[in-house]
Amino acid sequence: MPAKPETIAALQAKFAGFSVSEFRGDTRFAVPKDSLLTVMQHLKSDGKFDLLVDVTCVDYLNYRDARDRFGLVYLLANTITNERLTVRCFLNEPDLTVPSMVPLWGGSNWLEREVYDMFGIIFDGHPDLRRILMPDEFAAFPLRKDYPLQGRGERHNFPVLKRNQA
Amino acid sequence: MPAAEATLEQRSQEQDYLWTLNFGPQHPATHTTLRLVLKLDGERVVDAIPDIGYLHSGFEKIGEHLDYNQYVTVTDRMNYISPLANNVAWHGAVEKLLGIEITPRCKYIRTIIAELARISDHLLSTGAMGLDTGAFTFFLYAFYQRERLYDIFETLCGARFTNSYTRVGGVMHDITSLVVQKIRTFVKTFPETLNDMEKLVNRNRIFVDRMKGVGLLSKEEATNMSATGPVARASGVTRDLRKDEPYLAYADFDFNICCAKAGDCFARYYVRMAEMRESLRIVAAAIENIPSGPANVGVDERTALPSKQQVYQTIEGTITHFELVMQNRGFTVPSEETYAAIEAPNGELGFYLAGDGSNVAYRARCRAPSFIHFALFPQLIRGHTLSDVVAVLGSLNIIAAELDR
Repeated sequence: MPAKPETIAALQAKFAGFSVSEFRGDTRFAVPKDSLLTVMQHLKSDGKFDLLVDVTCVDYLNYRDARDRFGLVYLLANTITNERLTVRCFLNEPDLTVPSMVPLWGGSNWLEREVYDMFGIIFDGHPDLRRILMPDEFAAFPLRKDYPLQGRGERHNFPVLKRNQA
Repeated sequence: MPAAEATLEQRSQEQDYLWTLNFGPQHPATHTTLRLVLKLDGERVVDAIPDIGYLHSGFEKIGEHLDYNQYVTVTDRMNYISPLANNVAWHGAVEKLLGIEITPRCKYIRTIIAELARISDHLLSTGAMGLDTGAFTFFLYAFYQRERLYDIFETLCGARFTNSYTRVGGVMHDITSLVVQKIRTFVKTFPETLNDMEKLVNRNRIFVDRMKGVGLLSKEEATNMSATGPVARASGVTRDLRKDEPYLAYADFDFNICCAKAGDCFARYYVRMAEMRESLRIVAAAIENIPSGPANVGVDERTALPSKQQVYQTIEGTITHFELVMQNRGFTVPSEETYAAIEAPNGELGFYLAGDGSNVAYRARCRAPSFIHFALFPQLIRGHTLSDVVAVLGSLNIIAAELDR
C-alpha cells in the first residue's frame, strides 16, 4: 500500500528539500548520499518501517536523460500499517561508497552483498562484504550495463583443475 | 573471555577439536545445488557458512534482454516448484509498470492458479521435510497429489512443469470446462489426503521430536531479517500480502491467515499444512464464481495478443497482432520504475522493474524469498546437531534456482 499522506508530510517536514514522487502508488523518496544513514535511522525508529523488503540497484549508463550513474533502491515496509516506501539514493563514480544498513536491518546483510557483487557498490561498515553469487576470483561486476550479456573472456580468469587436483 | 579478545593461539587451541564438514553442493538432502560449510563439535553445529552461487544463471541480466512476454519463461525456472506463482508475480509487476487493468475473469483465473501453485509448493516442501526426517510414506502421499496438480496444469496450458501461462494483459488461453472439472474433482478429493498426511506425522514421535524446538526464530528476528511468508508466519508475524494489500481477486474470498507462535521447524511445517486448507477454500470458492467475459484485455489496448480469429477477420486484430509481434513496435512503456509483489508460496516474491520506453525491461530485479530465508540459516542451526541441518533446510524450503537466480 502506498505511504499515507501524513507519513509523507512528516518526512518532508523532517527532511525538507528531498524530492518525493509517486508513480502507480509507489511513494519514492530521493535521498542524497550524505544523509542516507540519518534518513534510514529515522525511518526505522520513528517511521516504524521495520521490514526491509529489498535492496537493489539500477545502472543508468544507457538510460535516456539520466544524470547519475547508479540508483540504489531500498524498499521498506511497515508491518503494522502496511505502508511501503521506496528510498532511492543516486551515486556516481568514483565515489561508490554508502553506509551499510546492517546495524538497522539484519536482512540487508546478504542483499547488500549481492548489490556489491553485481554492481560494485561498497557498503561501508558491512560486517562481511564479499562476493555472494559470483566466485571470489571474479573481477567484473556483471549487472553493470557495460558488462555484455554474451561474449568471451571470463574463462581464462579461472584456474584449470586436473582430475587429480580437484 | 569473549571470542574477539582471545589471541590467535588460544582460539586455534580451543578449536583444535572442531572439524569442518562440507555439505553439498551435490547432496541428496540439499534437494538442489547449494553448499554449506559446517563447523562441527562432535555432532553439534558450531557454525554454518552458506556458500551459494552454484546455480547462478544471470536471470536478472537476461531480463534486460528479453521482452516482457518472453521473460515469463525464465521466471518459470526461478522457483520451479511453483512456476505459476512466479508467472503471476512477473506479469503483475509488468502490468503495474504499463498501467494495464486486467479483466475480472483473468483476475480469478490468476488467483486460482496462484493458489494451486501454493498447494503444489507446500506439498513438496512439507513432503520433503517428511522425507528428510524419515517419513517416506508421507512424501509419497504428497507427491501423488502433486502429480494430480501437474495434470491440471497440463490440461490448463499444455506444460506440466514450466508452465509460462500468463501473458501481458491476460493469460495464454482461457480456462476450459475440462480444467474446471478437474479442479473441482481435486478440491473434492484433496482434503482426504491432507487428513491422511496430518494423521501420519502430526503426532508421530520421531517426526515431532526432530522438528519441535529445532531452528527457533523469534518474531522480532524474523522481521529484522526480512523474512516473509510461512517462515515469518510460523514465528508470529501476521503479514500476508493477500490480506494486507489485496491484489488480484483475493478481496472477494473468505480465508484465514495461518500463523504459529513457536517459530521452530514444526511450526513452519504446521503453518504450511494449514495454508493448504485455506488455499483450497479459495480455489473452491473461486472456481464456482469465475466471472464471464474475456480473459484478455481488449484488442484496442494493444497489450495482449488477439485470438487468431480476430487477427484474420478484423482489422483491429490484424493491426494489434502486427504492432505486438514486430520487433520495432510493441508496448508503450513509461520511463519509470515500480515494485510489485505477490504472496508467493515461499514468501513475498516481487519484481522491481525499470522501464526505458523500449520493449525490454531496463532492469528486472527479482526479490526472491529463498535468498532472504537462506541468510537466516546459520543462526537457526547454531547449537543444533548435524541431523537437524536437513530439518531446518527443509523447513525453510530453499529452492536453489531461486536462491541464485
